[in-house]
Amino acid sequence: MLKGHQTWVFETKPTIIASAAVGGPSEAKGPLASDFDLLHGDIRLGQDSYEKAEQKLQEQACETAIKKANMKKEDVQFLLSGDLINQIVPSSFSARTLSVPFLGLYGACSTSMQGLSLASLLVDSKFAKNALVCVSSHNAASEKQYRYPTEYGSQKPPTAQWTVTGSGAALVSDQGEGPKVTASTIGRVIDMGLSDPFNMGAAMAPAAVDTLEAHFRDLDRDPSYYDLIATGDLGRVGHRIAGDLLKKHGLNIPEEIFTDCGILIYNKDQPVVMAGGSGCGCAAVTTFGHFLNRMRKGELRKILVIATGALLSPMSYQQKESIPSVAHAVCIEI
Amino acid sequence: MSIKKKKKLTPIQQEYQQFAQEREPKRPILFNCVKAFFVGGFICTLGQAIQMIFVKYFHFSQEGAANPTVAVIIIITVLLTGFGVFDHIAQYAGAGTVIPITGFANTMASAAIEHRTEGFVLGVGGNMFKLSGPVIVYGVFSAFVVSLLVISLRALGVM
Repeated sequence: MLKGHQTWVFETKPTIIASAAVGGPSEAKGPLASDFDLLHGDIRLGQDSYEKAEQKLQEQACETAIKKANMKKEDVQFLLSGDLINQIVPSSFSARTLSVPFLGLYGACSTSMQGLSLASLLVDSKFAKNALVCVSSHNAASEKQYRYPTEYGSQKPPTAQWTVTGSGAALVSDQGEGPKVTASTIGRVIDMGLSDPFNMGAAMAPAAVDTLEAHFRDLDRDPSYYDLIATGDLGRVGHRIAGDLLKKHGLNIPEEIFTDCGILIYNKDQPVVMAGGSGCGCAAVTTFGHFLNRMRKGELRKILVIATGALLSPMSYQQKESIPSVAHAVCIEI
Repeated sequence: MSIKKKKKLTPIQQEYQQFAQEREPKRPILFNCVKAFFVGGFICTLGQAIQMIFVKYFHFSQEGAANPTVAVIIIITVLLTGFGVFDHIAQYAGAGTVIPITGFANTMASAAIEHRTEGFVLGVGGNMFKLSGPVIVYGVFSAFVVSLLVISLRALGVM
């Protein structure tokens, strides 16, 4: 049901009956390592290309989620998945392996919450009984596509972020036990004219702020409703900007409940990560792994995840276009 | 931000960019320069030592020793790139590794490794010069312009 301008309230409360997170070597060294179902020491996962490795990440995340729900892939009506690679081939190819009716998504790093919103919508409207969401990113594959070859020696500024190697999957169902998706706010595309691809946090922060404001306005809620409000991959730079911008707009989110997946996923002493994690996989593995585990343990009851996406392409950047951004927020309660 | 770029932005965008800029960590330019100076200097000293070895033990002339010296530095860089070490050194050193021949060797080796999966012709061959191509194009072009200048100045009797 539509509430306000851009918020869906799911009256049947679709349940995330199972979720899975698969990660790579940098994620294994991070503080959330124990929340992953599977961690790989080899960034190639034994495959002969990074793109195939990303496909493998998705396949493993989907298979693990289905297995954890004690289901077979035939029980899943729809697979909604996305990634960052051109023409989202890792998603399409892993959907080929799973052979489940497939809808490919692209929302840059906001795809995880875009997918979860759509899957919940399918289940809530009874167009599906079980819908699987899967999102992935791969550090080397993204570097190759968006920036320079992985072994190229250039000095990154302190605002740069590190693309997460990982895939998160969530199985949304019309019955069963688990955290429930109760509402989601679909964001507008916001462009503040920033054009530095090594400073995505600052480019995406206004989108997160816009969606957050819309969420609280549409639902007439106060931030204190939530135990945790997490942005997707703003990193240390963008998260600080978003927090200050919210304060400037008169929306005070207490600092102890306001966090960012890109900050949580890595340790501060991991030097390569600079300002924090980024990529579709960042919000996906942190939400579908860490946050949902904490909810199942009873540590968190109501959370809001705002996945932010920078909608640039390597070509748009070279053509001196700015970086438009989008953010989608999903409310999960148990 | 340049004035030209600023003109295209709306007041809200300008205000936000100012707001964001105040909250971003700056590049430590001075410290980066110092690091680049020492690492770059170290590479050049190493090059000098290799050149002296070629002169002393392999009976090269001072000028003739330059070519094998460059080759040795390139081989070392390519090996470091292949073993995945060079990018970490470069993150520390910045311009220190970009400016010497090490930077050029790294652009070619890294692109070749990266695109190996697309095959030897379209992958390695087609992408090897992806990053170093501009250096060659504009290097050759500026050499051409400079030589034209020199020829015309000589013809005019200035030089």
